[in-house]
Amino acid sequence: MPTTENTLDEILNLAAIHFKVPREKLSPDEDFFKALGIDSLQTLDLLTKLENHFHVELPDYELQGVSDFRTLASKIQSRL
Amino acid sequence: MNTAQLTKRGQTMSFSVHEGVLELALNRAPCNEIGSLSLEELESFSAALQDLEPQLHAVIIHSERKSGFCAGADLRELYDRSQAMEKKAAIRGVREFLERIHRVLNAIDASALTTIAAVQGVTFGGGLELALACDLIIADKTARFAFPELRLGLIPGFGGIPRLKRDVGNAVIRDLLLTGRSFNATKAQQIGLASQVVAEGEALRAARATAAQVGKFDRLTSAAAKQFIKAIPYDELKKEIDIFCELFERPAVQAGLKKFVESTNPQPYLP
Repeated sequence: MPTTENTLDEILNLAAIHFKVPREKLSPDEDFFKALGIDSLQTLDLLTKLENHFHVELPDYELQGVSDFRTLASKIQSRL
Repeated sequence: MNTAQLTKRGQTMSFSVHEGVLELALNRAPCNEIGSLSLEELESFSAALQDLEPQLHAVIIHSERKSGFCAGADLRELYDRSQAMEKKAAIRGVREFLERIHRVLNAIDASALTTIAAVQGVTFGGGLELALACDLIIADKTARFAFPELRLGLIPGFGGIPRLKRDVGNAVIRDLLLTGRSFNATKAQQIGLASQVVAEGEALRAARATAAQVGKFDRLTSAAAKQFIKAIPYDELKKEIDIFCELFERPAVQAGLKKFVESTNPQPYLP
C-alpha cells in the first residue's frame, strides 16, 4: 500500500496536470481551491478524478472543510 | 413535419433529427439549470417528440456544456421568484412549475421510442431526474450523480424518488437521498443506474452507436417490450408534487435557498 506521502505526491501531480498548474507551484499545505483556482463545478471534477485515479469512493461530506492537499491525502489514504 | 430538415434552436437547448434519432442538446450556462425558459423549451421538445414519434426510433438527450449534463432546477430563479411573491402565490407557482415539468418527463418516460441520456460531469437533482426518465443512461467517466435536495429541506421534485425506486435498490436510494452525497459513473454502473461507462467525452458517440443498434429492431416490438420493463409510477409521481409543495411552505426551505444562493463556498451543494 502506498504511504500518505506517496498519495500526496500523486494528488499534487494529478492536480497539476489536470488543472494545468506548474507542479512546483503546488505545496502540500496550500489551499487547493485557491492554488488551482477552481469553482464548485471544478471541485466536483477534481473529486471524480481522485476517485477514478485511486479507485476509492470519497463521500463529499467527508471532505467538507478540507482545503489543503495534505489533509485530502490523509482522507484518501484512509480509504485505500 | 419533415424530419430531414428539422433543427430547432432555443436559448437554453436545441434539438434536431439525425438518421431517425431526435437529439436534444442542452446548452445553458453554467450547467443547464432548469428554470422557466428551459421548461418552455423542454415543452417544445416534448411536443416535437410526440409529433415526430412515428418517423423515429430513438431519442438522445445530452449536454453541450463540459461542466455537466444538468445541475438541476434553477435555484436562483426559484428563490428570487418566491421572494417577489406572496407566500400562497409562490407555492401555486411552484406547483404549476412541477406539474409542467412532470408532464414533460412523463412524456419522455412514456415514449414508444428508445430514449438515451448521454451524461457527463454534474448530473444532480433535476438533471438526474431528467436522465432517469430515459430508458438508458450512458455516462462518461467525469459524470457525477446526486440528489442534494435534502440540504434545502426538500425532496427531489421532478419525479426523482419514484423513478429511482424503479431502477435501483432501496439501500442505495437511502444512502443517496439521506446523505445527499454524490457518486461517480463507476458506482452508477455498479448499482444499475448507468448502463454503460465510457471515456471522457465519449458519451454522445456511444449513445449514437446505441441508437443505431436500437434502430435495427422493429419499432413496435421494442415499444411492446418497454411496457413490461418500464412501468410509470404515476400515483407516486403525483404524491411527490404534493409533498414537495407542503415542504416548500416551511421557512426552513427559504432559509436553505437563501444560503445556497448567497454561498461563495466551493462546495455549496453540501449543507
